[in-house]
Amino acid sequence: MRNFRNNKSKLPAISTASLPDIVFMLLFFFMTVTTIKDNTLLVDNNLPNATEVKKLEKKDRIIEIFVGKPAPELASVLGSEPKIQLDDRLASVTEVSTYVLSELAKKPESIRNYVTVSLKVDKEVKVGVVSDIKEELRKVNLLKVNYTTYEGDAFRNMQ
Amino acid sequence: MPRRKGAPEVNAGSMADIAFLLLIFFLVTTTIETDAGLDRMLPPMEPPEEDVVIKQKNIFTVNINKNGQLLVEDELMDLKNLRKAAMDFLENGADGSCNYCKGRKDESSSDNPTKAIISLKNDRETKYSTYITVQNELVGAYNDLRNRESQKSFGRDFTDMEAEYLNPETPSNVRDDLKDKVKQIQDKFPQKLSEAETTSN
Repeated sequence: MRNFRNNKSKLPAISTASLPDIVFMLLFFFMTVTTIKDNTLLVDNNLPNATEVKKLEKKDRIIEIFVGKPAPELASVLGSEPKIQLDDRLASVTEVSTYVLSELAKKPESIRNYVTVSLKVDKEVKVGVVSDIKEELRKVNLLKVNYTTYEGDAFRNMQ
Repeated sequence: MPRRKGAPEVNAGSMADIAFLLLIFFLVTTTIETDAGLDRMLPPMEPPEEDVVIKQKNIFTVNINKNGQLLVEDELMDLKNLRKAAMDFLENGADGSCNYCKGRKDESSSDNPTKAIISLKNDRETKYSTYITVQNELVGAYNDLRNRESQKSFGRDFTDMEAEYLNPETPSNVRDDLKDKVKQIQDKFPQKLSEAETTSN
């Protein structure tokens, strides 16, 4: 070391003491900005694109409903007709209203009026199923819905 | 090396490794949520008390059939032209009372943006992606008009103001200020988008 490149002075070792700090900073960044995906999808969920979107701000004011064809590994059992997924199970249209009401009851009373139902519907689904769900939601007077989409050119949906 | 005094320093060299491990774990297991979409209000179940009579010329009908074709005001239309057609209809201003409209004042089209209604009807067999695209274009028509008015009055986009207004992190004094502006623009072009029951043929 002393005669490294025969230079007049020895090179000091680069201190790596601050490396943990930097990494921790990154770690905390990722821990705060990301949310763990809480439900496993049983249905295909390839959302359409739209440009005029609004952000769904608060996670606790949202009830999610997934609609899509059963995932490929379940298709042999469940067929290829679109199914509705509530929480972690597949359900029929008639169960939507009970599910939504039970979810609503779990929310604190102060935010119940602001609850939005986020409809995560696969591109390939026919509108009939969606309008049945909307009809169920109207029955229980939950009128705020959000057709959840990706942000992107809407005309790409058509291809 | 003889030890002098105090406890020896703890070796922190492996700290970075541990932190990296955690970091990679979080990177892999988490996904950034894609929660954005088109907001819609559903009509309440109870029908309104009295029947409202709406002139046919104030209604802009959009029909989607199961093949994804559009019938707009009884004419076949390409999806790409829908936004323009909807904007023309909304700001037609036939009764002349709308001083910010730039429409043609066509007698057979809508009287006033506040009276103009877009009615959307689709088939049960329509693909959801088509449905969303049409919704997107119609909302886009409203947003384009609102943005134009907003640029004229306040020098910034309506969608931008609305997003800031709806963002819970916006300070309340800013929000109060935005509330009036947002309301003002919304009153100029109220979003009247009605959806008929789906048909099954």
